[in-house]
Amino acid sequence: MKQSKVGFVAYAVLILAAIVSVFPFVWTFLASTHTNTQIFQLEYTLKIGNHMLENLRNLLKVAPYWRNMANSIFVAGVYTILVLLFDSMAGYAFAKFRFKGRDAIFFLCIASMFIPQQVSMVPLFIQLSAFGLMDTPWAIILPGLANVFGVFLMRQSFMGFPDELIEAARIDGASDFRIFFTIVAPTMKPAFTSLGILSFVNQWGNFMWPLIAINSKEQYTMPLVLSLMVQPGMIIDYSAVMIGAVISLVPVLVFFLVFQKNFIDGILAGAVKG
Amino acid sequence: MGKMPGVEKALYSRRGCSMKKMLVPFAFLLPYLVVYLTFTLYPTAYSVVLSFMKFKGGNLSFVGLKNFQFLFSDPVFFKAIANTFIILLIQVPIQTLLAVVLANFLNKKLLRCKGLLRMIIFMPVLIDTVSYSIVFRLFFNTENGMINNFLRSLGMEGPDWLNVGFLSKAVIMIAMTWRWTGYNTVIILGGLQNIPMELYEAAAIDGASTGKQFWNITIPGIKPVLLFSVILSVTGTLQLFTEPYLLTYGGPVNETLTIVQYLYKVGFKTFNFGAASAGSYVLAIMIGILTFLQLKVTKED
Repeated sequence: MKQSKVGFVAYAVLILAAIVSVFPFVWTFLASTHTNTQIFQLEYTLKIGNHMLENLRNLLKVAPYWRNMANSIFVAGVYTILVLLFDSMAGYAFAKFRFKGRDAIFFLCIASMFIPQQVSMVPLFIQLSAFGLMDTPWAIILPGLANVFGVFLMRQSFMGFPDELIEAARIDGASDFRIFFTIVAPTMKPAFTSLGILSFVNQWGNFMWPLIAINSKEQYTMPLVLSLMVQPGMIIDYSAVMIGAVISLVPVLVFFLVFQKNFIDGILAGAVKG
Repeated sequence: MGKMPGVEKALYSRRGCSMKKMLVPFAFLLPYLVVYLTFTLYPTAYSVVLSFMKFKGGNLSFVGLKNFQFLFSDPVFFKAIANTFIILLIQVPIQTLLAVVLANFLNKKLLRCKGLLRMIIFMPVLIDTVSYSIVFRLFFNTENGMINNFLRSLGMEGPDWLNVGFLSKAVIMIAMTWRWTGYNTVIILGGLQNIPMELYEAAAIDGASTGKQFWNITIPGIKPVLLFSVILSVTGTLQLFTEPYLLTYGGPVNETLTIVQYLYKVGFKTFNFGAASAGSYVLAIMIGILTFLQLKVTKED
């Protein structure tokens, strides 16, 4: 009797939490199908409208949104590929080699995890301007490349790989790079997927640094365009902003539905093992 | 490299330190170290230098502690610190408590659809900060926002959310709690699932009540993940930027201006690079002290 009562409370609370969690998503999707006046009327809150294409047209009038989407894909995609490559190689070095200074270097990397990124904003601004990279996608990609969490995650995964297999491949005459890319890395697919998705989604939604680093409309990523469409003191086309938000949200939701397990494993890798 | 397997074999079979063997790990580390040194370590160090400099027209001049004096004589800087800490001290405990409750419910043995519920509760963290800040701004619009429209349909007049000091902070806290509770629930659930069931069974046989089991088994069992979750939330809240930037525009009259928003204005609106660097180190030191304290407090027993 008591058990079922507890179960009922648990269900009720969880279902309420699920509704609260999902509601703003549903609302955003529905808002993207309404006109600007309908968005602010209660009776349209849970109805689907038929102004989606019109809203999209209005969005494309004020911003080259497909271009902005391509920028987001480029920035997040290149960033993710480089993080996977650099972090896995570094993680492998920390996990499978003994060399002078290994622990010192690893400690230095971990220590910098506790320093907020805001500390490097001004120096990066000066540095990237000097390199002539400001207002280019590289200004967004480069600063976050040294992803300490990624190295940590990769190191953790590689430590579980049996040393005997690496030794055997060496005796067979394979070079260390060959061993890494053809024997070790392919067995670490889950770790690569986890880190890849987390890196992509983080860069996809990145806002503060791109706001500083990018100035021209053609170089904007999607969050930047949306943020500039809602600046105070102007007439705001909320319907157009909402369709923009939906376009930027859909890829992430699809990723999540497909790779849900890797997503959550990646987050737990930091929490439970760390 | 693969051309002369005989030579390689010879190199590796000797236990002596050959030059090549020493260089291999560094070759693996090289790409990471290059970006780490260029885009993390160098800017972090250069920021220390800038804290004591005046940067004008590309020229640096040493000004001692002037930048820090500038910050600590600016009431707006203190206002930003106070705002950030008020949000931190109210929002993080509420969010953590909610996450612990939800995680415990999700960990119940007999519950159906656990996976689905966990997935949905985790979802808010997927929306980018810009979109969700705009959506919450619309929700809390005074004249025609969904919340006040709904209250009006019940015959109540909703408050002027975004134009009253404390309410605007509350809206930011509500938005953050919506976005981050599920994420922390999943982290804490990960900790709960690592607690062996036998501990609870043994305690039940010994006649320990559910409450006692919670305090003596669950809490110690999830302490590491709880600590991780709280440190992450505290650090994240101290770096709060997008929500006040887009949800409340920092207003009304600086009531939701946060530390990072202040630094952004000083650094990139008035281009006072020295003061922005100095301020970023004030923030770094606050984060360092708070992280240290949290680690210390939980180490006690």
